[in-house]
Amino acid sequence: MQHGVISGDGSLRMRDQGFAPSRALIYLVVTLFAAAYLAPLVVVVLNSLRTDEEIAQSSMIGWPQHLAWGNYALAWSGFCVAETCAGIRPYMLNSALITIPATIFSTLLGAVAGYAVSLWRFRGDVWVYGIVTLGLFLPQQMRLLPWTIVLRDIGLINTLTGLVLIHTIQGLSFTVLFCRNYYIAIPHELIRAARVDGAGFFRIFWRIILPLSSPILIVTVIWQFTHIWNEFLYGVTFTTGQQQPVTAALIALSAAVADIPHHGVQSAAVIIAALPTLLIYLFGGRYFVRGLTAGAVK
Amino acid sequence: MTDVVSTATRPGQSATSEMLRRLPEFLMIWVPLLLSAAHLITFSIWTIWISFTPSTLVPVTGWVGLRNYTAVLASRNWQIAFDNLLLFGTAFVLFSLVTGLLLAILLDQRIRGENVLRTIFLYPLAVSFVVTGTVWSWLLNPGIGIEKLVHDLGWITFKFDWLVDRDMAIWTIVIAAIWQSSGFAMALFLAGLRSVDADIIKAAQIDGAGPVRTYWRVVLPTLWPITITVVVVQLQFAISAFDLVRALTNGGPGIATQLPALVVYDLMFQRSQLGRGAAAAVLMLLILLAVLLPYAAWRYLRRRQSAHA
Repeated sequence: MQHGVISGDGSLRMRDQGFAPSRALIYLVVTLFAAAYLAPLVVVVLNSLRTDEEIAQSSMIGWPQHLAWGNYALAWSGFCVAETCAGIRPYMLNSALITIPATIFSTLLGAVAGYAVSLWRFRGDVWVYGIVTLGLFLPQQMRLLPWTIVLRDIGLINTLTGLVLIHTIQGLSFTVLFCRNYYIAIPHELIRAARVDGAGFFRIFWRIILPLSSPILIVTVIWQFTHIWNEFLYGVTFTTGQQQPVTAALIALSAAVADIPHHGVQSAAVIIAALPTLLIYLFGGRYFVRGLTAGAVK
Repeated sequence: MTDVVSTATRPGQSATSEMLRRLPEFLMIWVPLLLSAAHLITFSIWTIWISFTPSTLVPVTGWVGLRNYTAVLASRNWQIAFDNLLLFGTAFVLFSLVTGLLLAILLDQRIRGENVLRTIFLYPLAVSFVVTGTVWSWLLNPGIGIEKLVHDLGWITFKFDWLVDRDMAIWTIVIAAIWQSSGFAMALFLAGLRSVDADIIKAAQIDGAGPVRTYWRVVLPTLWPITITVVVVQLQFAISAFDLVRALTNGGPGIATQLPALVVYDLMFQRSQLGRGAAAAVLMLLILLAVLLPYAAWRYLRRRQSAHA
């Protein structure tokens, strides 16, 4: 991006031709696309406020006749998922208890390792780093059976701790990559000078590197949180019943209500489950996008 | 642990105490890195090994050669999954490229509200595929979704029942996947458009090219490296797609929307065919490598070229 970004009065953009109809067309097309992207969200939000009878009489797409806030109360703590009637609250709690520790551990360990790989250099670092980043590509399916066996052997199958462990270790592939690519731009002289002054590995990290790190730590935390919260395959494979994260519970919920539709309550449950990552996206969108592109361009 | 922050090595300090002093940092660096690297290597080898054993309910030792592979490749489940992957992968990648590029070009026309629009196009990426799949399964369900709405509005003969149509059901996954991730293509393309060298554009204009022509002939061609990256990332997603299909169609109707990741899960955890499940997982990895290895080679060559230039 160091090349001239075309902006301001850049003479390129088609607008400068100055014919209005094409401008109107552009706005029309982007508005239509925006409507299409928003439609599913709007539909679910509206549905979450309609009663089941109302939805059954018409369709999933419609305006609430009166606001059925009760759907949210029911979805949160009253609804039955697979024989337990406590709503999705316990599963939200599970997701939080998996996501928050795993995000913190993988980010911290990734920051230290990224710092070591980029600024300290040690024997074998290129190899280890290369192998760790292969984790970005290795499909989860290749790790399903080994994780099952390992978790069973160490007694962590069907526990939240087991999922924290998995997400911490697997998340390292991303966090080490993000942090390493960020720290590599820090001048080595800074580290050398600090070492001459007698500062060790951790003191330099704490005093010099960490204060410079907030942008990349925010990117990493947002990325990890979103991914772990939204993860489904491991959740559904390694946990059952009351230990499941909310993504797995949503699937169980759909299965449970297949006979008698409760679309209003289900919509409320979907909104609640999606809310944490949506809020993070709304408030940290810039960092979210940076993580997205950093993960892609590698 | 107490002297982590002690000063640098003093002369005369013994090698052992130096090692002890640096132990915490070695642990902090090496334990996570080695765990991560070791799990990637051993788990891959482990799964590959299981794929050559007669394991069913539990992993057992033994050697059956390629029998699990031939069994998986001969099964209708896998064949349908593979055909679906070809169709889904191609359609999804093409449409999300086109959509993403179109949105990026439109947003690049210095329009009002660009930030709001970008936020709208990207928000599906923050939502889990389980949520996306669930919501689209409602919208596309002919009994309660779009078809029902149009019927209620008076157009009784309207039909949009792909979700329950064996031949068309895979397209519902294409629709949901495009909706969820074309914003990603847009974000990368937009970043590419914004970083085009201003000098190239000036040169084209001095040569007398008009804005539209400059755009088509000069600006868009610079995007092809980004296009390749987008294609590879999207293909990677398509090959391992699981959550979305599980929530949207669960492979149905029947096994019409089966995909490789669902076959793996089905074999491993529903039919207790661990050997075959592992073989299917390795086949998935091979499909992925068929995409990633050429990409890695291309990146390597490009890097070498730019190093020489």
